[in-house]
Amino acid sequence: MAKEKKGVRLEHISKIYQDPKTGKDFYAVHDTTLDITPGSFVTLLGPSGCGKTTTLRMIAGFESPDEGEIYLGGEAINALTPNKRDTAMVFQSYALLPHYNIFDNVAYGLKLRKMDKATIQEKVTNILKLVGLEGMESRMTNQLSGGQQQRVALARALVLEPGVLLFDEPLSNLDAKLRVSMRTEIRRIQQEAGITAIYVTHDQSEAMALSDQIIIMNKGVVAQIGSPQEIYYHPNSEFVADFIGEANFLKGELLDADTADIGGHKVAVNAQGLAPGQSCTLVLRPEAAVLADAGQLPCQVILSCFMGSYQNYHVMVGDTLVKITDFNPKNKKIYNVGDTAFVDFQKDNVHVL
Amino acid sequence: MATRQGAALDRKKLMADPIMVTTIVVLIAFLTLFILYPLAILLVDSFYAPDQGGFTLSIFQRILAMKSFRTAITNTLKVGFLVGIASTLIGLLFAYVEVYVKVRTKFMGGLFQVVSMLPVVSPPFVLSLSMIMLFGKAGIITRHLLHIYDNNVYGFWGIAIVQTLTFFPVCYMMLKGLLKNIDPSLEEAARDMGAGRWKVFTSVTLPLILPGLGNAFLVTFIESIADFANPMIIGGSYDTLATSIYLQITGAYDKEGAAAMAVVLLCITLLMFFVQKYYLEAKTAATLTGKASRARMLIEDKSVTRPLTLLCSLMAIFVVMMYICVPFGALFRTWGRDFHLTTKWFGLVFSRYKGFKAFKDSFLLSLVASPLTALLSMIISYLVVKKKFKAKGFIEAVSMLAMAVPGTVLGIGYIRGFSSGVFHTGFLQGLYGSAAILIIVFVVRSLPTGARSGISALRQIDKSIEESAYDMGADSLTVFMTVTLPLIKDSFLSGLVTAFVRSITAISAIILLVTPEFLLITVQINEFAEKGSYGIACAFATILIAITYGSVLLMNLVMKYFGTSRKLKEED
Repeated sequence: MAKEKKGVRLEHISKIYQDPKTGKDFYAVHDTTLDITPGSFVTLLGPSGCGKTTTLRMIAGFESPDEGEIYLGGEAINALTPNKRDTAMVFQSYALLPHYNIFDNVAYGLKLRKMDKATIQEKVTNILKLVGLEGMESRMTNQLSGGQQQRVALARALVLEPGVLLFDEPLSNLDAKLRVSMRTEIRRIQQEAGITAIYVTHDQSEAMALSDQIIIMNKGVVAQIGSPQEIYYHPNSEFVADFIGEANFLKGELLDADTADIGGHKVAVNAQGLAPGQSCTLVLRPEAAVLADAGQLPCQVILSCFMGSYQNYHVMVGDTLVKITDFNPKNKKIYNVGDTAFVDFQKDNVHVL
Repeated sequence: MATRQGAALDRKKLMADPIMVTTIVVLIAFLTLFILYPLAILLVDSFYAPDQGGFTLSIFQRILAMKSFRTAITNTLKVGFLVGIASTLIGLLFAYVEVYVKVRTKFMGGLFQVVSMLPVVSPPFVLSLSMIMLFGKAGIITRHLLHIYDNNVYGFWGIAIVQTLTFFPVCYMMLKGLLKNIDPSLEEAARDMGAGRWKVFTSVTLPLILPGLGNAFLVTFIESIADFANPMIIGGSYDTLATSIYLQITGAYDKEGAAAMAVVLLCITLLMFFVQKYYLEAKTAATLTGKASRARMLIEDKSVTRPLTLLCSLMAIFVVMMYICVPFGALFRTWGRDFHLTTKWFGLVFSRYKGFKAFKDSFLLSLVASPLTALLSMIISYLVVKKKFKAKGFIEAVSMLAMAVPGTVLGIGYIRGFSSGVFHTGFLQGLYGSAAILIIVFVVRSLPTGARSGISALRQIDKSIEESAYDMGADSLTVFMTVTLPLIKDSFLSGLVTAFVRSITAISAIILLVTPEFLLITVQINEFAEKGSYGIACAFATILIAITYGSVLLMNLVMKYFGTSRKLKEED
């Protein structure tokens, strides 16, 4: 549907703000370089204040970068105002025009492009069908549920057939169930329209479910870029490991490429490419380990809780708290608080930092 | 730290929007020429005498040597101080009763609403006129009820009482908003810990609204010392700064002296304004941030409700009576002597005193000024709230500054600034004495209030609604016309009516600038009241009240049927 899929390139982009309390300048976004391939779905993920929304708003044109250049489909767009950019944004608060009905909301951008009435009618009807709102053209925005308003916001952006579609936390105002179904919808519509999408969120499961690529940001800089799998299994820092999913961190020393010393216990790891003799951190996902009578690390159980689909353990390995989720515990041995046991895991399931 | 191209890019984006740039340039030119320049010329004129070789303090030395001027300063401050305190206290009483006390009879509700409407529809003079007619030498109450034959209402107490009655509704509205924002659970917690009602009021409620009280005091203080109309009518020989300036230029033809006096008055109001704006307003916002979490348990205790209700009712009835007095004044043959009904005053107004022309001139000038004011205020608030550019601070500051400029000062500034052209060069001299300058004065006088209410209305609107329109391809003008204006239609409409009412009831600046060519109702009221022709003054005033009240009613009606923004707010 889109006339042309466009890629987005950010070259050494920085944005400086002034702290309103101290009056000091700080980088909201610092020296960020990104290359977003045409037609892909990319998520900017990070805690609040990490610069993800600022980055998105710079791409849309609401903010101007203090350093660097933004390219949209090869064209430098730094000096273009938002209305001249080939982007369309879906806002967190939907931002529908409350004095217009659904049809006029969706047709607003088309009318500004001076299209004739019949074309507008056709385009609006088609797009409303795509987002599942056919027949609702004459309703006012306040007669719609949150999910429906979100669909109008999406339709309004899609109908302009922009080179790139921008999403600013569009699902954060919806309840949990609707969020899950809407994100599937968004992914489906993006695939059908074949459009480049940049999506800002702080919800890691949303990012996982939607993205081809996740860009994790922290304190104004890019922490890691990769597919959901790469980021989950091979985080490049404690921050990323902790932000995506849950993670246990075990501190120790790397003895050689296959062994680490954790509190005096030798643990088999896969640390190809890392220099031995260094201190290291093992990243262990709670579902990648089990409790057993014999295994890699001795521990003491301090919490044992049945959760239905899994047994939730908190154990102490030396001074370190390790969380373990043991799925389908029906026919397994259950350890109780105060028991001593061993944390056991496969060497390929632990990631070394 | 960086190349900082951000600001340059923002500027580039702004320049890509020629309509925006033109609007900003025109706006800055307007504000500079019609607000800053007249004030600057006052400063120049009172410090610069070319025949004495430039800079001089002699003009100030001369006016400060005048005993009458020194008395006028102390008079003004004394009245302002008393009026400020009295209005704040009465306003607090009304606000407290409305928010805390259970008195919801229909009659009381109506009374409170009338009181809150008065500052909007009330023309100047009205209270002074009725004060004289009720309590003066021939007053109904003093002469006919109490048989006091030589009561003197003129002077300090006359001004103080009339100004208090005029300005306390403003305090009432301000404090009502503050009290409503106090979370009731704070007071309930204090009650729960064993404090009595009085203790809760003094230890919780009062400290919370203390900055707000200071704020209300200063606002009325500024209004009081800037007031021209009331001291003119009821001041007698008790001169305030505003009247002294007027007399200095109309009586003594001393333009430099009047300019220097105006500078003195301006300095006082500006000082108060800055304290109010930058110190107290910030403090008020800091102590009262949250919205009330739920409805307050109203006080039902009869020993509290009865005296408070009685007090408020008496006050309110007294104020309403003073307003009613004016139309009656126009219907009796000779006030104080001959109480036969007559239409002769209205007849005289329309036959001998060119009532139709006065009506037409006032009406037309205000009618032209009000849409200009409303549109300009909305543009200013749009720029201030939704846009970022360098001159934004200037636009906001100057339009707020105009709030602190007394009408008399502005009037003198226009005389000095435009009677011989800009900087006495003859440039734009044609403006002086024309209808255009009267309209400009109307606009400048109503702009700050309009801009302020526009700004608060626009702050309520989610910024991303406009951004979304911008993002979909609309330029600034389209965004303003298709999104901003429709969303603040109510605010625009009430701004329109407020500007109209303020213009048609304006007197202080306009009386200095009006030429015999134009007959304005307010100027006529002033003239006849000064001469003692109360019948005619009352007839003019009645017409004025009818116009203002009618336009407010019309606005409410229009809003009820066409106001979209209200409907949206309710269903949200």
